[in-house]
Amino acid sequence: MTAVEVLPNLEPQSSFRQKVESLSGESISACFQCMKCTNGCPLASYMDITPHKLMREIQFGLKDEVLKSRTIWICASCETCSTRCPNGIQIAHVMDTLRQIGYEENIEAAQRSVPLLHKAFLGSIKKRGRVYEGEMILAYTFKNESWAGLFKLVNFGLTMFKKGKVKIIPSGVKAKSDIKQLYKASELKG
Amino acid sequence: MEVSYYPGCSLEGTAKEYSESLEGVAHLMDINLRELKDWNCCGASSAHALNHRLALSLAARNLAVADKSGLDLVVPCAACFQRLKVAEKKLVAGEKIDGVNGYGGKFKVKHVANFFWEDLGEDRLSAKVKVPLENLQAVCYYGCLTTRPPKVTDAASAENPMSMDSLLTCLGVDVRPWSYKADCCGGSLILTRPDIARDLMVKLLDAAVEAGAECIVAGCPMCLSNLDGRQGEISKATGKEYRIPIFYFTELMGIAYKHPSAKKWLRRHIVDPRPLLSQKGLI
Repeated sequence: MTAVEVLPNLEPQSSFRQKVESLSGESISACFQCMKCTNGCPLASYMDITPHKLMREIQFGLKDEVLKSRTIWICASCETCSTRCPNGIQIAHVMDTLRQIGYEENIEAAQRSVPLLHKAFLGSIKKRGRVYEGEMILAYTFKNESWAGLFKLVNFGLTMFKKGKVKIIPSGVKAKSDIKQLYKASELKG
Repeated sequence: MEVSYYPGCSLEGTAKEYSESLEGVAHLMDINLRELKDWNCCGASSAHALNHRLALSLAARNLAVADKSGLDLVVPCAACFQRLKVAEKKLVAGEKIDGVNGYGGKFKVKHVANFFWEDLGEDRLSAKVKVPLENLQAVCYYGCLTTRPPKVTDAASAENPMSMDSLLTCLGVDVRPWSYKADCCGGSLILTRPDIARDLMVKLLDAAVEAGAECIVAGCPMCLSNLDGRQGEISKATGKEYRIPIFYFTELMGIAYKHPSAKKWLRRHIVDPRPLLSQKGLI
């Protein structure tokens, strides 16, 4: 008996491609797999699905595969792919749309630390209208790695403090109600 | 000359020497930087990762303030610059963004390196030089978001930007060509996947040395705090010693123009750049 490789049970949903296209405003159908995005991507070797394959999976409507990939959270939004795509697809923007759908639909992120950082960052803006770097990093690190993480921060934090790079008193926007309204209108989850 | 100025959050903290040197140099060049009244965070990478609407509205609120004066808006941080440009393109196209009512858009959003190079020009930049930075070998590092994507940033050459190269040449710097000027340093992953960010930085640091540079000159607070602040960690992880000074281009302008506070800015760096400069007789 030889072992037979069992293909994963994939459930294509063509509506997924349409959803990504309408939310991003990008024509993913135009991708003809030239691989320019993957070849220029500085993060490709750390991704589970390379960018051109991800585009193909969206065309096929493989929603679960795409939204559960590490790729969408590892992408650093460096925009090299968007710059080079011969069909003008703003691929980095598509990555944003995928993260937004995943976040909205409570799909567990394959790289958990990334949405945790984004939440801490947006929490800081919501509170002050500006990011208070120190507070944001502490909040994120504690969520991500608990006390052990905070302990690891001590040395770097002290160095930054000695160099006068830690703002002691946070600054903020005076018109806090403006910021609150923008958050409310955005319907940001959480 | 008068312009609107959007400092952004980093310039109040980790990138303090960027704001100090930028403001110092602007003063020497008779540029009045008018800070946007009650500006807010542009949303950076986090807003566009999780919520499209918020990413646009946070950036656009600042543009609406700048719109009132109609003066060109100068932005030192690459990430802020790109986020403001994204919102600007939407507003100019007539898209409705929360919080903005009526948009004239008769001003330009400019990254500060492009602003200096394009609005001041070679003659004015060269005329102020008191200490030519001769024999200083450097590479210019633009990072991702000053140029990409060009549809958004309006960059003339996204793959080979030249504004900082040209500007530093006016100061006398020996600017070396290299292929990594707009490659990613992994700044956005430094807190979430530091292992990956370190790999990307090693590529840049090695390439800079290979190009014959003694220092790297940047125009982005994320890139600088990443490249300057993490060389100790990188040395530990790789077993190879890295101590390459990283400058903001505005600091080198300050040194060439003999700004009285220039030495104070340099004290804030993690990799101390002063030994290199004093060895060259520049400070």
